[in-house]
Amino acid sequence: MYAVNYHRASSVADAAKRGGGDAKYLSGGMTLLPAMKTRLAAPSDLVDLSRLEELRGVRISGRTVTIGAATTHYEVSTDAGLKSAFPLLCRFASLIGDPAVRYKGTIGGSIANNDPAADYPAALVALGATVVTDKREIAAEDFFTGLFETALDDGEIVTAVRFDIPEKAGWEKFRNPASRYAIVGVFVAKKGDGVRVAVTGAGDDGVFRSKEIEAALAKGLDQKALDGISVPSDGLMGDIHASPEYRANLIAVMAKRAVAQAAG
Amino acid sequence: MGMEGIGARVARKEDKRFITGGGRYTDDMVLPGMKHAVFVRSPHAHADIKGIDVAEAKDMPGVVDVLTGRQLKADGVGNLICGWMIHSKDGSPMKMGAWSPLAVDRVRYVGDAVAIVVADTKGQARDAAEKVVVEYDEKDAVIVAAEALKPGAPQLHPEAENNLIFDWELGDAKATDEALAKAAHITKMHIVNNRLVPNAMEPRAALAHYDKAEDHTTCWTTSQNPHVARLVMSAFYNIAPENKLRVIAPDVGGGFGSKIFIYPEEVVCCWASKKTGVPVKWVADRTESFLTDAHGRDHVSEVQMAFDADNRIIGLKVDTIANFGAYMSLFSSSVPTYLYATLLSGQYAIPAIHANVRAVYTNTSPVDAYRGAGRPEATYLVERTMETAARELGVSPAELRRKNFVTQFPHQTPVIMCYDAGDYAASLDAAMQAADYAGFPARREEAKRRGKLRGIGMSNYIEACGIAPSAAVGSLGAGVGLWESAEVRVNAVGTIEVLTGSHSHGQGHETTFAQLVNQRFGVPIDSVSIVHGDTDKVQMGMGTYGSRSGAVGMSAIVKALDKVEAKAKKIAAHLMEADESDIVIENGELKVAGTDKSVPWFQLALAAYTAHNLPAGMEPGLKETAFYDPSNFTFPAGCYICEVEVDPDTGVTEIIQFVAADDFGNIINPMIVEGQVHGGIAQGIGQSMLEGAHYDAGSGQLITASYMDYCMPRADDLPSFQVSHQNTPCPGNPLGIKGCGEAGAIGSPPAVINAITDAIGNNDLLMPATPERVWAAIHVAKH
Repeated sequence: MYAVNYHRASSVADAAKRGGGDAKYLSGGMTLLPAMKTRLAAPSDLVDLSRLEELRGVRISGRTVTIGAATTHYEVSTDAGLKSAFPLLCRFASLIGDPAVRYKGTIGGSIANNDPAADYPAALVALGATVVTDKREIAAEDFFTGLFETALDDGEIVTAVRFDIPEKAGWEKFRNPASRYAIVGVFVAKKGDGVRVAVTGAGDDGVFRSKEIEAALAKGLDQKALDGISVPSDGLMGDIHASPEYRANLIAVMAKRAVAQAAG
Repeated sequence: MGMEGIGARVARKEDKRFITGGGRYTDDMVLPGMKHAVFVRSPHAHADIKGIDVAEAKDMPGVVDVLTGRQLKADGVGNLICGWMIHSKDGSPMKMGAWSPLAVDRVRYVGDAVAIVVADTKGQARDAAEKVVVEYDEKDAVIVAAEALKPGAPQLHPEAENNLIFDWELGDAKATDEALAKAAHITKMHIVNNRLVPNAMEPRAALAHYDKAEDHTTCWTTSQNPHVARLVMSAFYNIAPENKLRVIAPDVGGGFGSKIFIYPEEVVCCWASKKTGVPVKWVADRTESFLTDAHGRDHVSEVQMAFDADNRIIGLKVDTIANFGAYMSLFSSSVPTYLYATLLSGQYAIPAIHANVRAVYTNTSPVDAYRGAGRPEATYLVERTMETAARELGVSPAELRRKNFVTQFPHQTPVIMCYDAGDYAASLDAAMQAADYAGFPARREEAKRRGKLRGIGMSNYIEACGIAPSAAVGSLGAGVGLWESAEVRVNAVGTIEVLTGSHSHGQGHETTFAQLVNQRFGVPIDSVSIVHGDTDKVQMGMGTYGSRSGAVGMSAIVKALDKVEAKAKKIAAHLMEADESDIVIENGELKVAGTDKSVPWFQLALAAYTAHNLPAGMEPGLKETAFYDPSNFTFPAGCYICEVEVDPDTGVTEIIQFVAADDFGNIINPMIVEGQVHGGIAQGIGQSMLEGAHYDAGSGQLITASYMDYCMPRADDLPSFQVSHQNTPCPGNPLGIKGCGEAGAIGSPPAVINAITDAIGNNDLLMPATPERVWAAIHVAKH
């Protein structure tokens, strides 16, 4: 690791003053710190957001859930209110990474990094969530713009994520045997305005909605509607672990299982 | 069997310090004035070095010095050697290219060391290493061995035309061809044994200290055989004469073969310490481990197994290409030759065998022995072929094997080995019973109803341990003898130190070797200390690899104990005025048989050292040394059965059960043996389903250079193992031991792949059988 200046932000406003340029915001550090240790990342300054109480916690109001950006995966997975209102998301968070990652990693850190194999982008896009920053609100679908790319401006800070609880939802993830990141993860959510299916781990350009699967499920969450469905491999990633064709197959299989889960 | 003697399940003495953080590894060693080293490494797989500019690096904060290959050469440090001479079938010696510990004119793989930076802190050394400017002229690289042999392929070493190191054969080509010609059936296989990265938990490390006052160098290093390290560094690398060089291998956190070899880094650290006048420590980071630890396996073979009309094997013909990487590592040449082709007879009576092996340079990490070293490659080839033959012939895989088993011992194979003892049917029967082999068809049907593909596969391995009579290995080209030494020092109060040339890096010698002493003299194992891993303490030894510490290392201890016992009995007989032949040792006492006369062990020891009342002419003291040279290899064998369930939608394979039925000869500590089997099977399952080194064919970059891409087996990848033993004592050594350290890794991969291919109905499946490969194989089989 190269030498770096560390600042513990006292507030979001304080953090915003220190951010931008060659500085990096630090939340759980589950991606940034390993990258710095291997000298692949070399920020001049780290601005630590993880202790800001204003960024922490899960609030449920009616059907609307708001999760502070510095809320850890462990906190999401064990939140009592969420467990009764939307247990799938607790299960979802409990499947991210490993225990160490879940105790440190945060929802805001995950989506701001936008690793193409991260789990949260799929959930947020399928849920039609809104990303709240210190400056504005951005629809999740507009927030994730590419591999490790987001709509965030230089120095802009994610403060929370907000969404309405869907009628039904399901999540299935196929893990890379080595890294245990998603090779394919499919989040299916049904709301009044229809079914949304978001895929992580597979897209050349990061998280995306599967038009084919959404079309097949337009009439409702019926597993049978996905029998024999074929997902195109164009635009899917290929690496030593999974070819685009294999990923396409896994999208269909994981979607089917997520639908079964949602229907059950 | 006593509470702590041979056969007792004694908890490992050494684990207390290991699990409480008290282990002392090379990186734990700290010396006054010690500095830290970082190596500048090649980012290219193949390039000429046009120049190295160290000026800016030398001016960086904290830097002591930056040293290059030219300086190393100027100081007379020798090239790294391969210590086993192989002759090609045309009689020519193997073509060994020069391997300078720091590259001088050319780099040949990604990670090749180019310079060493020594600084006050590791961080400063790292910063400075980034400032070393190396001007490279990139060349085309070749990764795949078969490609390297083709005309026009990039050439690595001027010494090795067409990158061919040797073209070697074993066995009778004519007899084998005749067998193939008259065969009723020939099973043909294309067998790929995937390249593995060893991944010891403790990365390699070295700390070198040149003491100017004494003109003496001490090197702490992560070695499985510190005496061989001293010998080689002294005799070939000109580090220092042996009496001026001490090598210490303290606690070592796993080796699996990869720490047998003498690597550039310890040689360069020794030289750099002398050059800079400060102690120099280097500790590999995990990326360096992936890039520069000697890799394992990487064979590609064509196989033909010939059967007569009665399904008896009448011939086996094998053509293997072995990828050696960019340089010949210390024992690389022995692995695909005398540790491989000699095992191609498997457990079977095969009248004619011929193996041809070509060893090839490529722009990859050097390849050398890795847990099993040659025997896993032989076993995978033979056992995949046997299972395939049974499928082709439409007979039970178990019965095809049984029909061809060697049943009379000793059995001389056509490929050097003479099997001394075994009962292969006993292990086969035990494994089939434990696995409920007969009930498999019903289980397959039940799985089918759940939409799952269930398969079962077996592997009947044989391997060779305790390598081997020194004169024999010498005649086959080994540069060393493969005996072992032991010294037993009985202290004046009766406690005992055993000095051994074996080296423990996870094997539990501090416990098992003490159990042996307990068995002989009744001394509690806590009163027995095992001393190893230091050339100043143990005079000479050959180290630990090839499952040799029990069969060879403990045999040397037995010989030393015999001498101690003989002298102790003489003293006891003298003290009790009895005949020496009437003295027996029981429960920690020397007794006169049939009387109530006895001398406690500690009193006997004291008598030896007070020397007040010894037999006339006897020297005081009680300390004996022995060297043991084995009379043959030992031949552990067994049967492994693996049962899997495959999800046809994803290709995910779950191991439902894994049964191991092994013959290790006599066992000192069953718990430690079972641990070795568990670990070995985990590595074998790793090779067959998870692990594989993957290079980018164009650039020669190692893609699998971290755990993000290289998949090590984890607990949730593995089932509980059912382990049992059907032991036939080895007639060749005093304890009847065969060795157990590698069997799991040797026997398991073919069982796993035989099971998966059985499940999916497609025999064309590469290791590691990842979900994608299994899914693709199902997909192909369907269409």
